[in-house]
Amino acid sequence: MSLVPKFMRPAPPRPTERDGAAPTPAQRAKANAAEGGAGLVGYLDERTGASPFLRGFLFRKVPKGTNWFYTLGSATMFAFVSQAVTGVFLAMYYEPDPTRAYTSAAHITNDVFLGELVRGMHRWGATVMIILIFLHMGRTFVFGAYKYPRELNWVIGVVLVVLTLMMGLTGYLLPFDQRSFWATVVGVNINASGPIMGPYLADFMRGGAEFGQSTLSRFYAMHMMLIPGLIGALIGAHLYLVSKLGTSAPPWLKAEKKSLKREEI
Amino acid sequence: MNRREKEEYLREYSILKSQGKPFFPYAVAKDGAMACVTMAVIILMAVLFGAELGPKADPTTTTYSPRPEWYFFFLFELLRVVKPPALVFVATIGIPTICLMLLLLLPFYDRNPERHPLKRPIAMIGAVATVAAMGYLTVLGALAGPPSQVDIYVAPEYERGAEVAASAGCLGCHRIGHNGNTLGPDLTNIGDRLGRDAIARTLVNPTAPMPSYEALRENDPEQFNQLVDFIASLRADNPHSEPEGDGSGH
Repeated sequence: MSLVPKFMRPAPPRPTERDGAAPTPAQRAKANAAEGGAGLVGYLDERTGASPFLRGFLFRKVPKGTNWFYTLGSATMFAFVSQAVTGVFLAMYYEPDPTRAYTSAAHITNDVFLGELVRGMHRWGATVMIILIFLHMGRTFVFGAYKYPRELNWVIGVVLVVLTLMMGLTGYLLPFDQRSFWATVVGVNINASGPIMGPYLADFMRGGAEFGQSTLSRFYAMHMMLIPGLIGALIGAHLYLVSKLGTSAPPWLKAEKKSLKREEI
Repeated sequence: MNRREKEEYLREYSILKSQGKPFFPYAVAKDGAMACVTMAVIILMAVLFGAELGPKADPTTTTYSPRPEWYFFFLFELLRVVKPPALVFVATIGIPTICLMLLLLLPFYDRNPERHPLKRPIAMIGAVATVAAMGYLTVLGALAGPPSQVDIYVAPEYERGAEVAASAGCLGCHRIGHNGNTLGPDLTNIGDRLGRDAIARTLVNPTAPMPSYEALRENDPEQFNQLVDFIASLRADNPHSEPEGDGSGH
């Protein structure tokens, strides 16, 4: 009980309710133990002021009628976390060098303990995350949850979809087998065909006019630093707005006219 | 939404919210269950399908057919749907950019205060049409062969030759069935006009600017013969499953 953080514990007794009798040594030891246990949480709380935020986030009310469709967003985030964790393990063995990339990918797949499982989880986790993020967007659209006051959260969400697709594009090159290499060549050439900005964007992605060492380094840096950083930051903003504005209610629930309607019928 | 509608929404939402349950533990429990399902699916797919690793990337071959991840199929298919070279940028950048802008700015032009899907027929029809178009293109992309593949029906004995033709870059100039360019003569029914020997002669000693395939004959006579056999088999009386009107030649 002493480990329960301050904001979850019952309110302490008012000063008037306290009896005047001095506590026995046993009682004092018990109280000290309780204080000591809560001490860490209390210490952190005193210095971070986190408990009002946590209380607001955890105990905010979710409207009536929310259903399983409302779990798609958190499931997408969970898939992202899974990608991050498996990605860290892959990065321990992967070498972003055109001569070594394929060998290191083969080494992960064939030699490293559970390597193929982790690479498979990363590869299929991408598919799962793409499916979940599109389902989450579909839910938001059908429920009209992008409307006032949640317009900006929709915009953040669409940017997250684009970033997730960019993760797919940049990650596809990394195993450096024939399929990934040529698909990426075509993907970059598609960018190059765009008007005005296209050729510059393609040169930026390739790190020059030709595919080479700098291309793989760039894709690697984008795939494991730039884009995940942006995704993490935007997920934070997305969640902040969700807790600030509240989870939307299903559009078929009408609070006010319920009693009226019952009378009409 | 005007001010009255905004206030009405906020009032109604606050009532619904006050009647709801706390995020912890009710929503957290559901989210946790869903996270377990997600994890189970990811691990299951990893165990079932594994992580394949193809042959090592070889930048010197230009014959390998690119194949994107399935969620980019719809973008790739758009390229095949839009044929004229002058309009390629419309397919590659134009349409996707416009669609992305429409998606990003959705809350700013869809100002209908209604939220119920059945009371937003235009939005829902638009969404269903978009999803159907993307699904259709994705299925097309999944079924279609890569761009450098010969799509027509090929009798089993000529399949190796068709692969040689695809990887030798014939389609860069010639047309076979639906694939390829119209720079050089259409090869769809070339077997009607040229015999096997004439085709072999042309391959070794072609009219400029076509490159000679003499090197292939020297280095790999078997592949060369397969190629000649395949091209000679391209006759109108051979069943290649493609519509009429393409065999007229250019």
